[in-house]
Amino acid sequence: MASARDIKRRIKSVKSTQQITKAMKMVSAAKLRKAQIGVSAVRPYAKKMEEVISDFATGETAHVFLEEREVKKVAYIVIAGDRALCGGYNGNALRYAEKLMNNCEHEYGVIAIGSKARDYFARRDKEIIRQHLAIGDVPGFSASQIISKEVAKLYLDGEIDEVQLVFTEFKSAMTHIPSVMQLLPVPKPQGEEESQSTEYIYEPNSEEILNVVLPQYVDVSLFRAIMESKASEHGARMTAMSSATDNAKEMISKLTLSLNRARQAAITTEITEVVGGAAALS
Amino acid sequence: MSEDKIYLEIVTPEGEVLREMVSAIVVPAAMGSMGIMADHAPLVTALDIGVLEYTKADQKYKIAITSGFMEVKDNEVMVLVQAAERPEEIDFERAEKARQRAEARLAQKKVDDIDYIRAQAALERALNRLQFKA
Repeated sequence: MASARDIKRRIKSVKSTQQITKAMKMVSAAKLRKAQIGVSAVRPYAKKMEEVISDFATGETAHVFLEEREVKKVAYIVIAGDRALCGGYNGNALRYAEKLMNNCEHEYGVIAIGSKARDYFARRDKEIIRQHLAIGDVPGFSASQIISKEVAKLYLDGEIDEVQLVFTEFKSAMTHIPSVMQLLPVPKPQGEEESQSTEYIYEPNSEEILNVVLPQYVDVSLFRAIMESKASEHGARMTAMSSATDNAKEMISKLTLSLNRARQAAITTEITEVVGGAAALS
Repeated sequence: MSEDKIYLEIVTPEGEVLREMVSAIVVPAAMGSMGIMADHAPLVTALDIGVLEYTKADQKYKIAITSGFMEVKDNEVMVLVQAAERPEEIDFERAEKARQRAEARLAQKKVDDIDYIRAQAALERALNRLQFKA
């Protein structure tokens, strides 16, 4: 059995670990709240944009973002965290993305958001087209715009012909689902051909409006994906840290118990020795 | 006195800015300033960087917006823009700094075109905010 001193030392170390996980849990909870507000703000906006685009894109309107061209190279935007200690969050997103890539029939590359995504695919010798590290815990719209503009430029320059966006959809603090959506070309709405569309006046004309709306749609879609992923990350980290704190608590109580046992054993031994010594004298 | 019959909603990716019943709206549309009153025909238009003005209870209010678009339908006006700010929300110093930064970047003219265009847009936004505030 370990000596009382060893056990004491272990308790101390577990306690300080527990303090750290507790603090991280608290911090993540605060960040999660912020990210959650961001997600609920961007969702209606993205939805409204989708509605407007589906109103337009059904027609004969053409735009370079809508046009499907022959695919030579696909870019996968993969959003993951910059840090670990968040349970399965990074692993799930990255494995999901890798599976998609393995099923891809074309040449492809990765646009990595978050250093975990970069490291994972660099290690597997995938081509990293671009990387964006440390985008912050609750990134603003302008930060994500920088990335989406860059992606749009790559697309317009013909370096990539299709963009798939892999992110983690935020359902609740506990549930996050790795998902994928096609960012470019903007998928044409399917079905519901006869959307009882009102006859709109287009000012100046529908092409001009698409020119404004489509790039913004790309911006907003990416922003939404980033916000969803970040909220998921904070949620996952909070959950992971919460169970780590619980585990530490359990461990401490177990160690305390064995510490008491060890102490009691030591006392018993001493008493036996004293009694034995006294008996030998008399 | 005109009735507040139009439902106006201004939404940005970072949240809803405004949701109110108003009687008239003037927006900086791509083709020039445009007024919307009650029972306007359905319309979709692109918006430029500028100032949106609306009337509520005969009182005029202003909001600075960046580019986006607007949908009018059944007395519901939905404005989707990248940013919208009331005068009291605009940070004068920040806008001024943004203006200087953008000008400096334009002056460098290492025309990697996308940066150049971005700087131009940033300058335009900053100027809009500054003018609006002044």
